[in-house]
Amino acid sequence: MSVPPGYYLALAGLMFSVGVVGALTRRNAIVIFMFIELMLNAINLIFVTFSRMWGHVDGQILVFFVLVVAAAEVVVGLAIILVISRRRGTANVDDVSLLKW
Amino acid sequence: MNLEYFVFGVMFVMALGASLAMLFARNAVHAALFLVVTQVALALGFLLQGAFFVAAVQIILYAGAIMVLFLFVIMLLGVDTREALIDPLPGQRPLAIGLGGLLAAEILWVAVRGVELAAGGEDQATALTELNQNPGNVKALAAELFSRYLLPFEATSVLLVVAIVGVMVLARRIGRVPNTGTGAESASGSDKEGAAA
Repeated sequence: MSVPPGYYLALAGLMFSVGVVGALTRRNAIVIFMFIELMLNAINLIFVTFSRMWGHVDGQILVFFVLVVAAAEVVVGLAIILVISRRRGTANVDDVSLLKW
Repeated sequence: MNLEYFVFGVMFVMALGASLAMLFARNAVHAALFLVVTQVALALGFLLQGAFFVAAVQIILYAGAIMVLFLFVIMLLGVDTREALIDPLPGQRPLAIGLGGLLAAEILWVAVRGVELAAGGEDQATALTELNQNPGNVKALAAELFSRYLLPFEATSVLLVVAIVGVMVLARRIGRVPNTGTGAESASGSDKEGAAA
């Protein structure tokens, strides 16, 4: 008897919630990116769990697409953070209020 | 099997504990290292569920490449930048924690109910085990990826190229053309500055 899929889904849900709370409360842009990565990881766990539940490998293939999107997003995002901190000397999201009304 | 429950328990505690520790880590480097622990634990969970290739890719790509990129940028920006503790928006922190708790409760309820509703989900687990044994995990993945998912796969490569070009455009230093001589170079440099302005 293997571990039921609901346990994995519960773990993924908890991790996703931790990611949401972290992304909403932290101030450092890099740390916010890390919490977004945490959320994407939780989604990957959900995909793999569904792949086992339904007996297909489709879920595992979707994990690859999530991975690629995450990699592209991280690279572009970190470059933007780098440029901002080079110009303004900070990576704090509260100090970057150029578009604020 | 009892051993599987034990490994799952270890994985559960590792993943959730490290992500919670990430939430309370003041230092960005500590948060990055806790994220690595979380990802290794998740790779363990992928292994438990028969996604062997995905587990290997998770370790190599996430815990390896992407986290090294994070650490690189943290080191580049300076490690001892303290995070400001003042809230410009009053009450944002408790509100975020409350809403996060609500979200967790909702997701847990949906997970428990949804698995109850999906009758026969447990029977299908043997199908994946057979698939892992007969063509093998990597072969089954490749057959799907290069037939039914061929178009998204190609679109993914386009996305990667766009990301690379975008990063190069973003990260170059504008207006610092090394003045090694000819007029053509300085002309192109002023051209770049004009485009940036």
